[in-house]
Amino acid sequence: MEISCEEVWREVSNYLDDEITPELRARMREHFKGCRHCTAVLDGTRNVVQLVGDAKAFVLPGGFSDRLYRKLERKLSQDGRL
Amino acid sequence: MSAVAVRTGLPRTILRVAGETLAGTKSQVEPLESELIQRALGGQHEAFRELVRPCERAVFMATQAILKNEADAEDAAQEAILKAFTNLPKFRGDSKFSTWLVRIATNEALMKLRKERRQQLHDSLDDVRKNEKGDYVPRDFADWREIPSEALQTKELRQALSRALASLTPKHREVLVLRDVQHFTIEETAKRLSIGKSAVKTRLLRARLQMRDALAPGMDGSWSTGRRKYKQVRPW
Repeated sequence: MEISCEEVWREVSNYLDDEITPELRARMREHFKGCRHCTAVLDGTRNVVQLVGDAKAFVLPGGFSDRLYRKLERKLSQDGRL
Repeated sequence: MSAVAVRTGLPRTILRVAGETLAGTKSQVEPLESELIQRALGGQHEAFRELVRPCERAVFMATQAILKNEADAEDAAQEAILKAFTNLPKFRGDSKFSTWLVRIATNEALMKLRKERRQQLHDSLDDVRKNEKGDYVPRDFADWREIPSEALQTKELRQALSRALASLTPKHREVLVLRDVQHFTIEETAKRLSIGKSAVKTRLLRARLQMRDALAPGMDGSWSTGRRKYKQVRPW
């Protein structure tokens, strides 16, 4: 049975997470074969998941450690532990 | 690989971060985590630093992914580490120290975010484009097939990513962060946020599609070529 583009968009995230039935998966796969728009949405969404999940996406700001340990030392001296 | 790395129950991303640090100290004898904790509890503050140092990036990553700007993220990360220091006597060792610390950081950032959310009078959720059924509708269908991981080396892409994350509403951002940045399962994400699995899936869908729209080729508007041919444009 055919599936509409709207239905595909609604399930694209579940498709990537494998949270759909094998039957729906098969219907969506069939739809992707003939729909360039939905394939672009799928590819782009997959890329987003890969991008945000990549550790390289988050880099420590310069001087982070220095500021952290200065703060820790201030706390220790306030607590009278230094 | 050290026993410390083998035992870790950290999400994949954090594992990679920790892995970098561990790789750098491979040839040295690493003091056992429990030994460092005992020394820190005994008043040797340098031991606490040694415990925290390999986790700094993972802690910052956890907070930055949740909070809008770098300054707030650094603030939350520092607060989390100070809390960990104060609460170290309560650490029971059920998990790795780094897992415990990242969890504190995530909670700290979520608390900050909720505070921020309470201050917001209007939720921009209503501003997003919906069809008559209320579904999020992708903005454009420009082709974006290549896997751009190497592109993360560029500052521009990292900034674009931060901006895109910041553009999400808090409730969509926190779901995306827990699921896609920290790699919790849908079930774990639901549990942490005290919402149902279906709510996680709905928010995740919208968050991912909005992120795609924000990052897809030509986010500056140049993607609208008005022609049938798709133009490959990168905003970074």
